[in-house]
Amino acid sequence: MAITEPRTTGRAPEPQPHWLIQWLTTTDHKRIGILYLLNSFAFFFVAGVFALLMRSELAEPGRQLVTTNGYNQLFTLHGTLMIFLFIMPVLFGFGNYLVPLQIGALDMAFPRINALSFWLLPVGGLTILSGLLAKGGAAAAGWTSYAPVSEQGGAGQDLWIVGLVVVGTASILSAINFIVTILRLRAPGMTMTRLPVFVWSMLATSLLALLATPVLTAGLIMLFADRRLGAYFFNPAHGGDVLLWQHVFWFFGHPEVYMLILGAWGIVSEILPVFSGRPLFGYPGVILAFVLITALSFSVWAHHMFVTGQVEFPFFSATTELISIPTGVLFFNWLATLWRGRLRFEPPMLFALGFIALFLVGGVDGIWMASPAMDFAIHDTYWVVAHIHYVLFGGTVFGIMAASYYWFPKITGRLLSRKLGYWHFWLMFLGFNLTFFPMHELGLRGMPRRVADYLPDLGWSFLNQVATAGSFVIAVSLVVFLVNVALTLRRPRTAAADPWEGNTLEWATSSPPPVHNFDRLPEVRSNRPVWDLRQRRPAEEQA
Amino acid sequence: MTALDLTRDERTVRRTSGPVLGMVLFVASEAMFFATFFGAYFTIYSVNPVWPPAGFPRLEPGLAAILTAVLVTSSVTLQLGVRAIRRDRTRTLLRWLGLTILLGVCFLGLQLYDYSQLGFGVRDGIFGSLFYVMTGLHMAHVFGGVVFLVLVLVQGLGGQLSDASHDSLEAGAIYWHFVDVVWICLFTTFYLAGLS
Repeated sequence: MAITEPRTTGRAPEPQPHWLIQWLTTTDHKRIGILYLLNSFAFFFVAGVFALLMRSELAEPGRQLVTTNGYNQLFTLHGTLMIFLFIMPVLFGFGNYLVPLQIGALDMAFPRINALSFWLLPVGGLTILSGLLAKGGAAAAGWTSYAPVSEQGGAGQDLWIVGLVVVGTASILSAINFIVTILRLRAPGMTMTRLPVFVWSMLATSLLALLATPVLTAGLIMLFADRRLGAYFFNPAHGGDVLLWQHVFWFFGHPEVYMLILGAWGIVSEILPVFSGRPLFGYPGVILAFVLITALSFSVWAHHMFVTGQVEFPFFSATTELISIPTGVLFFNWLATLWRGRLRFEPPMLFALGFIALFLVGGVDGIWMASPAMDFAIHDTYWVVAHIHYVLFGGTVFGIMAASYYWFPKITGRLLSRKLGYWHFWLMFLGFNLTFFPMHELGLRGMPRRVADYLPDLGWSFLNQVATAGSFVIAVSLVVFLVNVALTLRRPRTAAADPWEGNTLEWATSSPPPVHNFDRLPEVRSNRPVWDLRQRRPAEEQA
Repeated sequence: MTALDLTRDERTVRRTSGPVLGMVLFVASEAMFFATFFGAYFTIYSVNPVWPPAGFPRLEPGLAAILTAVLVTSSVTLQLGVRAIRRDRTRTLLRWLGLTILLGVCFLGLQLYDYSQLGFGVRDGIFGSLFYVMTGLHMAHVFGGVVFLVLVLVQGLGGQLSDASHDSLEAGAIYWHFVDVVWICLFTTFYLAGLS
């Protein structure tokens, strides 16, 4: 239920516990959201350092920094942490902070389960990382952990399994919480067709997490049973099926990549209209595209398995190509939103535009790869590494950065420096393309992914050097971001309630919002209630 | 205003309460979890020329039929309890709830006994792996359900359940029926399929 009038409590103020105790025991969705963001960026840092170590190793032929086993651990942990402990939770973190605000609610539906699903994340993440202390090191079978490689290996692999089950449980609990919150706690007038696009994207993400994550959990339990209980799920010598793992993993894994991108689509669809001074073009089309992609994502998994020769090529190729239709609809909606708008090139807008450009490249890569003939040529080469990073880094991480600049004033009451924001954007955009564009060509020249070394006479050395240089430019851009955040947090809170002239309800409350979110909730008559408010009462707004 | 008040206010305007909807969603997630194992079962079944593979007996449905009867009965008794509380008959509810928990414990005991009579283990081949992992995970879910229902019973004994406020029981019942349905699928797959 939403509060439409100021509240007063009759009780005397209770003594406040220590601030650390308050944060550790909080059930406030805003504080939990901030904890999610801090935890996610910490894992982003760790996984980013792993990436830099890999790029340093690959800068020239010959092994310089790490052993081959060490390299295997690096790419396994890099992928696992980036996907399960950075991108997924950072989107759920923004969701936690923003969904109740955007729908005009007081909090999530189950605040204590919300706290639980947050605290499971560092536990799961550290469990996976603790493999580094185990004999034989951490998990080294890649983030996809294909059997039979994942059936071998030491305790690090088991810790990886246990950690992922914990993180998966956190996702399922969050998903339930989001769905119930969105279906049950909307403010009066906030119908489903007036729901902000970001909230829709979190609803779709949650549906995917709810239905796909348990499939991974089941697969992980089979793997664990094989490794520790003596079962034979993936062991053909005793009647098992080694391809079963790939089916189970990708039945989860492909919906997973949409869990990783839908939130960013929602973010960009919120930001583009605000900085174009226009409503989102074709709101129903965007929602329909989200829904179609959510549904289709369960039918494409075996396009990851074309080279096994054991899957139905025409079916999985066709369903994969089908997804490009609603995705194309999204692109046209975004471009039409920009068309003839009054564009304001603030940092959030730059990152959103960068998202469109880079995600387009990643998306077109995907359409190409959906053809089995093409897939046979580039499977498990650096082409795939380029594709996944254009989608998840060029796509989602640019979206996350757009969100960080856009909502930073709401969360902290302070606007990030625009100048440093420009530096951050251009360095990251440049570094990103330097790192990942050459990987397309490396893949076409046959360089396989997940190798620690290559021969000097293969013609791969120069492009690898470019990629390594680019990765350090990305690192510098992130240092600029960190400096920006650190400097800004030392300034006083001066941000207005609505510094960007936003559309959605979070801009109708102070920056940062009070514990109870809203002193007064505006009437909701469209999917742009705060824009409506500005039009109806311009004088009051200024006062 | 706490979140508890929030859901309570919601219930007055909408039919399905937050906790019950939450449980429906959780059960949907659990359904995907068990569906994955059934998918694995039938995939492995399809790649093996002989089923059950050599060295495994065809399972006798006798004791398992009793297990099925126990669990289905427990679903009925639990639903009778739900019906009682909807008419605000707390004492009747407590009796049905107690009986349901008892049947759940019986199921667990009987299944452990069944395990001891089978004569094969998880390491004896793929059929053993599938059988013990799938029925074992189900057993864990029954155990979880018993714990849940005991907590609801404690609530009821403390006078916290009424026709206006018994979400925990409604949610527990949805979960319990789901676990029952999963058992019927397991029973059909392992004990009945292939019987001529």
